[in-house]
Amino acid sequence: MALKLDAKIPSGPLAEKWDKHRFEMKLVNPANKRKYSIIVVGSGLAGASAAATLSELGYNVSCFCYQDSPRRAHSIAAQGGINAAKNYRNDGDSVQRLFYDTIKGGDFRAREANVYRLAQVSVNIIDQCVAQGVPFAREYGGLLANRSFGGAQVSRTFYARGQTGQQLLIGAYQALEKEIARGGVRMYERHEMLELVLVDGKARGIIVRDMVTGEIESHAADAVILATGGYGNVFYLSTNAKGCNVTAAYRAYKKGAAFGNPCFTQIHPTCIPVAGDHQSKLTLMSESLRNDGRVWVPKKAEDCGKEPSQIAEADRDYYLERKYPSFGNLSPRDIASRAAKEACDDGRGVGPGGRGVYLDFADAIKRLGRQAIEERYGNLFEMYQRITDEDPYTRPMRIYPAVHYTMGGLWVDYNLMSTIPGLHVLGEANFSDHGANRLGASALMQGLADGYFVIPYTIGDYLASNKLEKVTVDHPEFTAAKEAVEQRTRRFLSINGTRTVDSFHRELGKIMWEKCGMARDEAGLKQALVEIPRLREEFWRNVRVLGTGEGLNQSLEKAGRVADFLEFGELMCLDALHREESCGGHFRSEHQTEDGEAKRNDERFAYVAAWEYAGEGKAPILNKEPLAFENVHLSTRSYK
Amino acid sequence: MNLTLHVWRQPAPGQPGRIVDYPAPDISPDMSFLEMLDVVNERLIERGEEPIAFDHDCREGICGSCGLMINGAAHGPMKLTTACQLHMRSFKDGDEIWIEPWRAKAFPVVKDLIVDRSAFDRIIQAGGYISAPTGTAQDANALPIGKPEADWAMDNAACIGCGACVAACPNASASLFTAAKITHLGALPQGQPERMRRALAMVDRMDLEGFGGCTLFGECQEACPKGISIDAIMQMNRDYVLASATKVEAKEWSGSA
Repeated sequence: MALKLDAKIPSGPLAEKWDKHRFEMKLVNPANKRKYSIIVVGSGLAGASAAATLSELGYNVSCFCYQDSPRRAHSIAAQGGINAAKNYRNDGDSVQRLFYDTIKGGDFRAREANVYRLAQVSVNIIDQCVAQGVPFAREYGGLLANRSFGGAQVSRTFYARGQTGQQLLIGAYQALEKEIARGGVRMYERHEMLELVLVDGKARGIIVRDMVTGEIESHAADAVILATGGYGNVFYLSTNAKGCNVTAAYRAYKKGAAFGNPCFTQIHPTCIPVAGDHQSKLTLMSESLRNDGRVWVPKKAEDCGKEPSQIAEADRDYYLERKYPSFGNLSPRDIASRAAKEACDDGRGVGPGGRGVYLDFADAIKRLGRQAIEERYGNLFEMYQRITDEDPYTRPMRIYPAVHYTMGGLWVDYNLMSTIPGLHVLGEANFSDHGANRLGASALMQGLADGYFVIPYTIGDYLASNKLEKVTVDHPEFTAAKEAVEQRTRRFLSINGTRTVDSFHRELGKIMWEKCGMARDEAGLKQALVEIPRLREEFWRNVRVLGTGEGLNQSLEKAGRVADFLEFGELMCLDALHREESCGGHFRSEHQTEDGEAKRNDERFAYVAAWEYAGEGKAPILNKEPLAFENVHLSTRSYK
Repeated sequence: MNLTLHVWRQPAPGQPGRIVDYPAPDISPDMSFLEMLDVVNERLIERGEEPIAFDHDCREGICGSCGLMINGAAHGPMKLTTACQLHMRSFKDGDEIWIEPWRAKAFPVVKDLIVDRSAFDRIIQAGGYISAPTGTAQDANALPIGKPEADWAMDNAACIGCGACVAACPNASASLFTAAKITHLGALPQGQPERMRRALAMVDRMDLEGFGGCTLFGECQEACPKGISIDAIMQMNRDYVLASATKVEAKEWSGSA
């Protein structure tokens, strides 16, 4: 049964859609808001901002996170900044330009109306965050400072040293704690969502595991919001926090929510290279470094083993500056990543295994002085030194691309509602705004736009337009879902095989990285589609999860997440296989131009692939939302 | 290199715990401390023993999840470094390493090396915010803030809430944590309207949670992975005294433990 995908884009000119829609949407009157309950899963930028704002409006909110405090959600690790079309630099920025850059940066695979709204509310986000006390970087005159980021020719990125995500999250967290103290939000820390509950086809609650007591609990509400982040950890090695997972989104998919563009993953160009087999995660070095750092590799493969200081200027290939003169070192992430891979594939990579390129600050230090560089990037340089034991002030950094962000996610309409009525999806967990490639400093913008300025309006419209019967956790749908979760938990504990959960996760990650990573081709993807089910079969036969379900059990938590990754990885490969074009982060080797650039196929693939679960053992159904470009001319993306 | 670990194992809250010895052979100096624990855990599982439970998430030193007493020092021997950013090259072959959870009355052990730090959230709930409901803000540049003030706010806002300050303090005081928030918000013009009430409510809450008082040992500042200065505590004390003298009503905000 094919889904009817209605994006519910308001009519009228692009610039007026959101205003018009805000007026047309139904409201819930202030006295009635307290009669409604809303579940928010996740407490990152999107989840915390949504939970706090909905509570301020008067709704009863329950918020869940797997961490021991909402302040630790992975948004905290974002370093470089947040975009906003403030045009404080007077350098030609505007809502229209941020919109255009985002659509182009996403390689024309995002929905125009959503992206325009994102650019519109971007300015309100900065105002809101400053009012909360977020200590953005400032000039001596007391006004806000800006820096540049990849894929843009204006300076529109606001930042708080190299800890912008932390500061924005702490702002949202403090607003959330304020509402918890007021009694508007009930917070459930160390609780992991394991199932979504539908009653009469609408999302009405969730099943969670209390990770301390092990108890499986049911929670009912009038609407459910997922703000559960991305699925980059399907690759095992990524810049995501260790706990990041796809489970909440994947469970929703299995209950009927379509999954949009799962193969669109972002490989970030500037991460610290892998050091050995023990590696548990990869560390990002903020893209902001490319403002002042120059990327290069030796021109000649035989120079790769030399100390970088021994390689003469003339023997260095500043390949980004050479290939993309107008954007240079600030080329978008997908392009910079692929260029690094090409250089290494060409035998000119540096460092262990030849998988690395230099990011060199020598020129910037000469031009601006060490102190200026220290002020801008000090904490990043320290982090680099701690991990690699090398001093980036005197020796260029070694960097290599790593999985960082997932543009794909649950399909949502203009109101951020999934194909399941009542289930809303915010932030990285949805697919909506970044197309096939996200620009730097836009993830923070989207998370906060969704949470502070979009969902508070659109969820009211849903609640006011639907007659929602009272539902309690005694409903048979809750009992059945809870029983299914308990049974799954017992199954993990009873297998008692010989391999650890992590060993399966690593093996899956290797398959995904090699076959569905920076470059993909038909043969590799088809092979992955054989290997993943085989690995999954072994997992359910041979995994070893010790201990019990009662009480804290980290192996059990991981087993649940990896079991879902083992199914989800297959969906990603399927999506990557079907999309016979290259666009943004999705690079199919068969589809490239003569000089190795991504070759889109707009005639066949200018759509969102929204995959629908069809049942155990059945191939998922592909639904298509055609993308109409009425305001931006579909063109070949060029940064040359 | 080959190491010997002495690790605190405790099955559940309120149950007795003990130090258990584990050999840790073949450890690479390039591993992070937590990757070393990963390796030990994988070997434990293979032997049929339950792995050591420890909190961790971002492994980049920013989420504040990890917190271990390593040879009696919060986050281990390296200054300005969380346990997840500590690398094994800080140790040498043959070393014995003692690994324990944070020890404080207000941080009860949940399991092994994991403690309950929810008291920190309740201190923030008492007043660690600026009341600025969504939608009420004026243009961001309408309120210029001098660079030194903004930088000082940021220095204190850098707190990751890991709890090392409490673990390092002989009194198990949460003064550095609480003071960092009071100082961050108090340094900014937006933070002024609630400044006095904030100081009273947060300090009272800290006491209610069972943290000890500050006697200026300065261990917190040494242990803080983000380099937060004990000057913040002076600021907190000034605000608290001033607020007490001007009798700002705070009790209604601090709640009860």
